Amino acid sequence: MERGSGIMDGITEKKLSFGELGLSFVLALVAVGAIFVAAKAWTPEFAFHAYLFAAAAIAGVFAIGNRYFARPAQTPQEIDGKPNYNFGPVKFATLAALFWGIAGFTVGLYIALELSWPVFNLDLPWTSFGRLRPLHTSAVIFAFGGNVLLATSFYVVQRTCRARLAGDLAPWFVVLGYNFFIVIAGTGYLLGITQGKEYAEPEWYSDSWLTIVWVTYLLVFLGTLWKRKEPHIYVANWFYLAFIVTVAVLHLGNNAAIPVSIFSSKSYIVWSGVQDAMIQWWYGHNAVGFFLTAGFLAIVYYFIPKRADRPVYSYRLSIIHFWALIFMYIWAGPHHLHYTALPDWAQTLGMTFSIMLWMPSWGGMINGLMTLSGAWDKLRTDPVLRMMVVSVAFYGMATFEGPMMSIKSVNSLSHYTDWGIGHVHSGALGWVAYVSFGAIYCLVPWLWNKREVYSLKLVNWHFWVSTIGIVFYISAMWVAGIMQGLMWRAYTALGFLEYSFVETSEAMHPMYIIRALGGGMFLIGAIIMVYNIYMTIRSPEPAALGTRAAFVPGE
Amino acid sequence: MTHPASHSPSLWQRHQIFEKNSIILVIGILIAISIGGLVEVLPLFYLKSTIEQVDGIRPLTPLELTGRNIYVREGCYNCHSQMIRPLRDEVERYGHYSLAAESMYDHPFQWGSKRTGPDLARVGGKYSDDWHRDHLRNPRSVVPASIMPGYPWLEQNLVDISHIGENMAVLAVEGVPYTTDMIKSAVSDAKTQGSADDASTADFTKRYPKAISRDLGGNVGRLTEADALIAYLQLLGTQVDFKLYDDKANIR
Repeated sequence: MERGSGIMDGITEKKLSFGELGLSFVLALVAVGAIFVAAKAWTPEFAFHAYLFAAAAIAGVFAIGNRYFARPAQTPQEIDGKPNYNFGPVKFATLAALFWGIAGFTVGLYIALELSWPVFNLDLPWTSFGRLRPLHTSAVIFAFGGNVLLATSFYVVQRTCRARLAGDLAPWFVVLGYNFFIVIAGTGYLLGITQGKEYAEPEWYSDSWLTIVWVTYLLVFLGTLWKRKEPHIYVANWFYLAFIVTVAVLHLGNNAAIPVSIFSSKSYIVWSGVQDAMIQWWYGHNAVGFFLTAGFLAIVYYFIPKRADRPVYSYRLSIIHFWALIFMYIWAGPHHLHYTALPDWAQTLGMTFSIMLWMPSWGGMINGLMTLSGAWDKLRTDPVLRMMVVSVAFYGMATFEGPMMSIKSVNSLSHYTDWGIGHVHSGALGWVAYVSFGAIYCLVPWLWNKREVYSLKLVNWHFWVSTIGIVFYISAMWVAGIMQGLMWRAYTALGFLEYSFVETSEAMHPMYIIRALGGGMFLIGAIIMVYNIYMTIRSPEPAALGTRAAFVPGE
Repeated sequence: MTHPASHSPSLWQRHQIFEKNSIILVIGILIAISIGGLVEVLPLFYLKSTIEQVDGIRPLTPLELTGRNIYVREGCYNCHSQMIRPLRDEVERYGHYSLAAESMYDHPFQWGSKRTGPDLARVGGKYSDDWHRDHLRNPRSVVPASIMPGYPWLEQNLVDISHIGENMAVLAVEGVPYTTDMIKSAVSDAKTQGSADDASTADFTKRYPKAISRDLGGNVGRLTEADALIAYLQLLGTQVDFKLYDDKANIR
């Protein structure tokens, strides 16, 4: 990568860079290969995906060409001694997160309605619960959450390193390539293309594509760290790095598969039975631990101190909490397999570490909450900060509930029931989504150069509508889960099972309706946010210099 | 805290090596995240006690495998587990608790994590083919309070078995004991299993002992996706004869 500083006198001739030529060539090859595969594909569904690959590759070549004509001969790394930050990919990922968020919440609401009234399945393959549920989980975790992580990590790493994002095309390749992966994965589920592994449903070709994108992501992130002007790597970046590295390891391990043919979407996972179960939940639980926790803790470590205008509470606590969290999380997977055919020794290890994990989790919560020392009054006036602080509180609640549910005797009741769904959503809605919303409310004015979001009042509405929605959701699922677990094991005085399965299913009906109501309120909150963000971006008022962060140094 | 200058650097100061060098930080992360995974996963591949010694487990027939692929495609695992826990109520409701051996050829495993519907690990033989057909078409026709989606397209779609041999060949590479003979006769075996009184039934049951072979659909000559799925469902949990199985021999 050329450094654009210094040569002010010479006239730099504009040339196609090696990266532009090379990537165009590779994309052209991909397009030709994909059309060939499409022509010989075994199923129309796979042919459709191959054509999507071809179309995306051709669009990529055109995009590189257009960008070449629009760009200056050299992109300066610094302008007037200040880093020339690359915020284009950050803006794209932020907007993509909003789009996928609404899509994912809507599908979630729809499948909640299907569970309440099965007529919503419409007797069609593409709308049946079994295909839409992976679409919901992937859309909220990988599409919404993933784009939030891409946007914030690319923003935070630049600001905390005081350096422009490494690479020229690479950051765009990561952001666009990742979103293309989402499109392939999501349309695949609707068409019945799935590996049948929870949270790892995409088939071999989507997984391979994601691997390329993810390695590029790691290189862009590391490359930016190498350019840093600060001696220390800021703590948020440790968490981002742990998230990127570990997700790569998990993805490769869990998705090891042999395709039936390059003309078929079908592959078979190399692992089987009990080993596959262990590897799946090693992956699955650490998708929670590293994708949905480490990455979002990085957001806590940057955005909460920024918004509260206070330093992180304890530097030492962040060191202990970082290493303890990443070391212990990896062990927790087997708690998803209590009382199954997984050997007892593995279940016991999983339970033990899950309980211990409570401590580093709360270490992180304390570090996040106590960052507000001396700024607690802002919770009354700043709904954005309130949203992020409540998210940390939800994090604390979910990371207490999790270790409790991992105790085998509790798990014998909670497993297979809606209690698990409730637990996941207190983490996903209360923690991950709230800290993401908070970060987006901070990020959009910074990126689009506005003083503040369009309306703090609307943020307040978003906060309250969705908080009440979350409470409806998780209380309904607690009641449903515990009730169903108890009904399954209820005996009559004569020693017979008291309820048939379908009677326990019928008893869920009112709770499922309340859950859908809660999910609907959460969606309404998110729609309020999208309107607010839209108005923020199109509002003409730029951030006046000096109106923000004009703090006078102390005496 | 203050340290006299003569002391060796504190742990906090030593930690700076991670904060100042991204590669060392990456290596530290890799070490921290490797230990737990290695300790929990690797022994499962070599400890003999992991999978019980059981008679009767055979690989799926081509038609059952096709049915299993439909089970995966429709996302049945989102609502149905295939893993009975050794708890009193589960054993009484569903049957003998599941053994690791019963899913040893499952690529991927389908134990599931949620029971919006009942466990299916031992559903085989509990209901008639006709019941399954009606239930798949419209679950509420046989279980009025069911919230399961209807799958009417399964009995409309003819099943695609043209590539099932290639599918089995991949599974053979991954350790499922499919012989070349099984792979070669895959398509005809699938047709045999789905029809009554086929001349090659004897050959088929030699390859797949105790496999059912009958007209699954009541629609002679048409092999549908529903037939394949029913063949798979009727197999589930029936391979091990628990009258002969010795629980004590496999306590781990």
